[in-house]
Amino acid sequence: MSALINIGYLVASVLFILGLKGLTHPRTAVRGNQLGAVGMLLAVVLTLTDQQIVSYEMIILGLIIGGAIGAVLAIKIEMTSMPELVAVLNGFGGIASVLVAGAALLESTLKAEVPLMQLTIATAVSGLIGAVTFWGSLVAFGKLKGLIGENAVLFSGQQVINSMLAAAALALSCWVVIDPTSVMAYWLLVGVASVLGILLVIPVGGADMPVVVALLNSYSGLAAAATGFVLSNNVLIITGSLVGASGIILTQIMCKAMNRSLTNVLFGVMAPAGEGGPTADEVYGGKVKSASPEEVAVLFETARRVMIVPGYGMAVSQAQYPVATLAALLESRGTTVEYAVHPVAGRMPGHMNVLLAEADVPYEALKDMDESNQDIDQVDVALVIGANDVVNPLARTDPSSPIAGMPIIDVDKARTVVIIKRSLSPGFAGIPNPLFSLDNSLMLFGDGKKMVLDIIAALKEA
Amino acid sequence: MDMFIMGLTVFVLAIFVGFEIITKIPPTLHTPLMSGSNAISGITLVGAVLSAGAQQTGLTTTLGVLAVIFATINAIGGFMVTNRMLAMFKKKS
Repeated sequence: MSALINIGYLVASVLFILGLKGLTHPRTAVRGNQLGAVGMLLAVVLTLTDQQIVSYEMIILGLIIGGAIGAVLAIKIEMTSMPELVAVLNGFGGIASVLVAGAALLESTLKAEVPLMQLTIATAVSGLIGAVTFWGSLVAFGKLKGLIGENAVLFSGQQVINSMLAAAALALSCWVVIDPTSVMAYWLLVGVASVLGILLVIPVGGADMPVVVALLNSYSGLAAAATGFVLSNNVLIITGSLVGASGIILTQIMCKAMNRSLTNVLFGVMAPAGEGGPTADEVYGGKVKSASPEEVAVLFETARRVMIVPGYGMAVSQAQYPVATLAALLESRGTTVEYAVHPVAGRMPGHMNVLLAEADVPYEALKDMDESNQDIDQVDVALVIGANDVVNPLARTDPSSPIAGMPIIDVDKARTVVIIKRSLSPGFAGIPNPLFSLDNSLMLFGDGKKMVLDIIAALKEA
Repeated sequence: MDMFIMGLTVFVLAIFVGFEIITKIPPTLHTPLMSGSNAISGITLVGAVLSAGAQQTGLTTTLGVLAVIFATINAIGGFMVTNRMLAMFKKKS
C-alpha cells in the first residue's frame, strides 16, 4: 500500500511540474493551473488512505473550514488587492509548516524514539523559516493594505537587534537538534523567528514590496521542503523546492530591475541622494508645462502611435478600465496603442499585467521594458500614468543619483510625453524627476481615473 | 541516513527543474505564477492531514487541524484566484 501511495505522490509531483510548465504561455496557463490542482487533490486523497489515520472527523472539519475561507478570499478579492492576498497566502503556507513540524516533533517524543539528527535539523529549519514567513507576510500584508505605515521603518540598532535574534534562533536550533525531547526549545525557536520575521520586513518601503513578496514566496516553498525532510516525504520536498526556486528567480528579476542588491532592499538601505543631486526647484523652476485634458485629447487625435506606461498610481486610482477604454477609442481611430510595463511597476511582479488583463487589454499589447525601449523614438505620445521613478532619466544621466543604473522606460525619448500625476511630489526614491520639465513633456495634474475619463470625453466631443 | 541523502538528491534536482521551467515564464504571467506556486506550496496539507488524523494526543491533533485549515486556505485560495486571473488573460486570445 505504501508503495502505491508513493507512486501516487510521484504522479502528483509530475502534475505540479507540468502545471508550472503550462504557465509559460497565457494559452496553456489555465490548463496548467488545473493540472496543479488535480495533483494536489490526488496527493491529499492518497494521504487519506494512510494507515496512520484513525479518525477523519477532524480532518474533514479542517478541510471544510480552510476550503471555505480560501474560496471566499479568492472570489471576493479585488484585482488591485492581489499583492495583499498573495502575501497572506504565503504566510499561511509558512505557518502550516511550523505546525506540522511541531506536531511531528511531539509525536516522536511521545513514541520515546530518538529521531535521527537530520530529521531534527529539518524540524528546526521548518520552524525557523515557517515562522519568519508567517510573520513577515503579515507585516507585508499590513503595509500593502495600509494598516501600518508603508514607509521604511528604521531605528537605530536595528541591525544589532536582528543579528542578536538570528544568533538566538541559531542557538535554539542547536538545542532542538541536540535534545529533540525538549519540545519547548522548538516553540521558543518559533517565537524568536516570529520576532525576526516582523523586524525583517518592517524596514522595507512600499516600492520594494515586489522583492519582499517574491522572497517570502520562496521562503514558504523552502519551509514546505524542510517539512518534507521531517516527514521523509518526497512530494513535499519536490513541490517545496519548485516554489523555492520560483520565488528566488522572481526576487532576482525584481532586484535587477531596480539595480539594487537583495541585502540593500532587505535592510531598507536606499543609496543617499548624491550631494550634487539637483533640488526640486532647480529641476522644475518655471519649466514645467501643465496641460488640460482637452489639449491632451488634441495631441492624441493626431498621434499615430501611443505608448501607455502604467505605474502603481494606476492601481491606486483604479484607472485600468478607463485606460483600456481610451486605448480602444484611439485604436478605433487607427492609432496604434501599446503598453510598456516596467518589471517593478506596482506592488508585486506582474501586478500591472493582471490589472490590464482584468480590463480586457490583450496580452499581445503589453510590452516589456526592453521591447518598449527599442523604438521608443518612433512613439508620438507616451502617456505615463501613476509611474515616477521607473521613468526618471536621472537613472541614465546622473551617476550620483540613488537610482543610478536602474533600467528605466525611456519615455523622454518619445516625441511627446504626457504625465498624469497628482502633484510634483517625488516618488519612492525621493528625488525630483527632470522628465517633468523637459521641452516635450506635458503634465496633466489630477487623479488618474478622472483625468483619463476627461480625455475620453474631450476626444468624443471633438 | 539513506533516506536523508535520497531526500537531498530529490531536493537539489527539483530545484534545477524549477529554475529551468520558471525562467521561461513571461513577465506578464508573474503574478499568476506567484499565486499558483503559492497554491502548490499548500502541499504541506499532506503532512497536516497525517497529524490531524493520527490522534496521538489532543495537542498534536489540534496542531494538525490548525495546519490543515491554514494549508487548505493556501491551496484552495491559491488555485481559485490563479484560475480567476488566468481566465482574464485567456478570454481575448
